[in-house]
Amino acid sequence: MTKKRERLAVSRPKKGASGKTGGWRTFRPVIDPEQCNKCGLCSLYCPEGVISEDLEIDLDFCKGCGICAEECPKKAIRMEREER
Amino acid sequence: MKIIATGNYAVAEAVKQAAPWVIAAYPITPQTEIVERIAQFVTRGELACDYIPVESEHSAMAACIGASAAGVRTFTATSSQGLLYMHELLHWAAGARLPVVMANVNRAVGPPWNVWADHTDALSQRDTGWLQVYAATAQEAYDTTLMAFRIAEDERVLLPVMVNLDGFLLSHTMQDLATLEPGSFIPPLHLPHAIDTAHPAAYAPLTGPKDYYRFRWEMERSMRDAKRVIAETEEDFAARFGRRYGMTTEYRCEDADVLVIAMGTLAKEAEVAVDRLREEGTRAGVLRIRWFRPFPKLDLAGREVVVIDRDYSFGFGGVLAHSLCSTARAEPYSVIAGLGGQEVTHGDIASFVRDRRPGEEHWFGVKADV
Repeated sequence: MTKKRERLAVSRPKKGASGKTGGWRTFRPVIDPEQCNKCGLCSLYCPEGVISEDLEIDLDFCKGCGICAEECPKKAIRMEREER
Repeated sequence: MKIIATGNYAVAEAVKQAAPWVIAAYPITPQTEIVERIAQFVTRGELACDYIPVESEHSAMAACIGASAAGVRTFTATSSQGLLYMHELLHWAAGARLPVVMANVNRAVGPPWNVWADHTDALSQRDTGWLQVYAATAQEAYDTTLMAFRIAEDERVLLPVMVNLDGFLLSHTMQDLATLEPGSFIPPLHLPHAIDTAHPAAYAPLTGPKDYYRFRWEMERSMRDAKRVIAETEEDFAARFGRRYGMTTEYRCEDADVLVIAMGTLAKEAEVAVDRLREEGTRAGVLRIRWFRPFPKLDLAGREVVVIDRDYSFGFGGVLAHSLCSTARAEPYSVIAGLGGQEVTHGDIASFVRDRRPGEEHWFGVKADV
């Protein structure tokens, strides 16, 4: 049996050489449930796609860019400095 | 069914039979009738496909790439400046191993602005990894378009195919056309690397110096394999529908001392020239190059060669003439004729043969050698 031909370079998701991208974060997004009206804009704007439909943030991969906080119309997301 | 059709309509009819799922195209003279006709098929419900009227040729090819990556059959058509506007994405379609089929109605590249037949548009894209074939009649444009889908989608090829036809001379010339029911001639497309949403991945991502060349070699391997696939496809087409063409098409070549070599409609005109030359006692023949990529292996030993290029590579020479110099060790009389639709009659072609000077280049219409 000959080796399957690899015509196209395809990269599947995996842990990167420098670890999970959440480790790059300086500021952590924190949602204030009192302010949040669950409009879901943060999830739509997140460039990493790490905010779920239930508005859970996957901190393993959130880079802390703050776009969610910037876009939130209720100002319900604050960026807190990570303590490392 | 026998109908009367232009080269453009012949391509549109073939596309209807091949039934792509996605067609994205932008109109440009002299290709416009292809996309108009297909749009008409879609509106009338004669062809079920997503027809995307994009804002540019760059977008047309991008849309075809996206759809093809999802594993569906795709088609587009263009000409000249439109083809050049696609350039970056032509490389992408081939590199991503997507069997897009495109009709290119050969037209001169401006400036000066010109909408007539010229092969420089397609030949300037020869290193993009697309297969290139040149038709000379409406029937051949039809048959070749059908074959193009099967060849492109064959697992041994999986490269895009460009079907070329000369602007106006073929695209707008009414000829008789036998349409057919391809049936199982074009099997359903199974793209092994089709996007699978259940298993997300990055397709053709950054690939470093250690690996890049492997994928380029894979393209060349498939280009070489394509010759066999073309032969098999032609064989099956002939068995089913009774017509065959080949990598090259020969006319009165068996005992010929001198061969006229050209592509597209000029090579068809040359057949009349050859008949006249034979009446004069010159044993001439026409070798019409159909597939330019992959380039055919030719044996021209012991024959004089007159190559007519409807194209030019500045600072170098006729693209076809030089392709023959390097692959068949020919010393052709290189004639540059028919640029931008310049009229070239069979009488002119007979003169090229009579006045041949092996190893030299002649620009038809240019009086003094510089």
